[in-house]
Amino acid sequence: MTIRHHISDPLLMAYSAGHLPEAFSLVLAAHLSLCDDCRARMGAFDAIGGAMVADASVVAMDDSSLEATLARIRAAPASSAPARRQGIFPGPLVDYVGGDLAAVKWRGLGMGVKQAILPTDSNATARLLFIPAGQNVPDHGHRGTELTLVLQGAFQDKTDRFGPGDLEIADEDLNHQPVAEAGKDCICLAATDAPLRFNSLLVRMMQPLFRI
Amino acid sequence: MGDPAGYAPRSITMIGSVAPLEKPDASRAARPYTLLAGILVPRQERQPVTGELTQLQGPDTDWSAMVIRIRDHQDQAAFAALFRHFAPRVKGFLMKSGASAALAEECAQDVMATLWQKSHLFDPTRASVATWIFTIARNRRIDALRKSRRPEPEDLPWGPQAEPDQLDALELAQETEKLGAALALLPDRQRVLIEKAYFGDLSHSEIAAETGLPLGTIKSRIRLALDRLRHKMS
Repeated sequence: MTIRHHISDPLLMAYSAGHLPEAFSLVLAAHLSLCDDCRARMGAFDAIGGAMVADASVVAMDDSSLEATLARIRAAPASSAPARRQGIFPGPLVDYVGGDLAAVKWRGLGMGVKQAILPTDSNATARLLFIPAGQNVPDHGHRGTELTLVLQGAFQDKTDRFGPGDLEIADEDLNHQPVAEAGKDCICLAATDAPLRFNSLLVRMMQPLFRI
Repeated sequence: MGDPAGYAPRSITMIGSVAPLEKPDASRAARPYTLLAGILVPRQERQPVTGELTQLQGPDTDWSAMVIRIRDHQDQAAFAALFRHFAPRVKGFLMKSGASAALAEECAQDVMATLWQKSHLFDPTRASVATWIFTIARNRRIDALRKSRRPEPEDLPWGPQAEPDQLDALELAQETEKLGAALALLPDRQRVLIEKAYFGDLSHSEIAAETGLPLGTIKSRIRLALDRLRHKMS
């Protein structure tokens, strides 16, 4: 997998700092699971956080704190191992879907396009998208940020081509009409923090229904 | 695991005789970002330490080695030393992030307990102990203050090595030290912005001034460690 489109520095810093909506973190965690370059960059941002902890003002712990912590350690259950990659799904996505591609509960959006909304906090929405090979997504703009990670197949819009592992970061400035390439059906993990701005009236009327 | 109750009082006595390490320190507060892990304490802050404690906690403490002692030997002395140094900093970090003193105390205990429980996942070729503790504290903070989750990337398929590459670990520590020093030299405006980003006042779209952060070498160092591990395991 040759990844050409990566996580931007501001997004990676916000992810490292821990201030992104859960849906955005999910998309980035999925990309990071596939991309050593971004993983190394994330390590550098985490090191800034490490400097914050190392230099934090010292606030004395309670007197019995160490013993209380050792008691917690003795009482703690064994932690469960995080999920591993299954098929085209990176581990973090397996966690949210509860399995691999076969476990996804798709809902049709028309023209063969399907989506499945994943359970996250309400600050942003994460969804899996299935776009048949060769199919257009209705053209749309953005009120906030839209992150799209390709898991299978590829799509193109006026900015570039996005293949497996590539992350597209779209904001208010981008109006695009992604088209799935011929060949494999395109499956993406996408997150938005505001409703999309569709140019077609019909699609706009359907928006509340599909929460897109 | 031995009896912690038997150990702890002794360690508290020990630290009490030497150590202003956990007291607020105005000179340190005025010089942010210079203290990174034990080995990175600036020379002028060296404390005269003697006897057994030198092995456990001093200015040049190798915190990574202590985490590995917990991993391999459930070493409570090593844990106590890590706890004394880091728990009050985690508590301060969490309070600066908006937690009450009681919540920060509770969460700091959790963070330190997680350090023990996840010690098998610590990889000194990719993160300093302070960095690793930050990642644990950050996740605890999201859980406690935002009632939300932060999905994590998949673990690397090969996991950390039983015997971490000493040179990789040392070089990572040096790069981390350089990063800390460089952060301390940033103009005030930029440093304030980074603090805001990490303590919660900035959204990703407001973070723009991170360009110019001296992340190049540490990033390359981590990438190199990843590549070497992959090579060794393949």
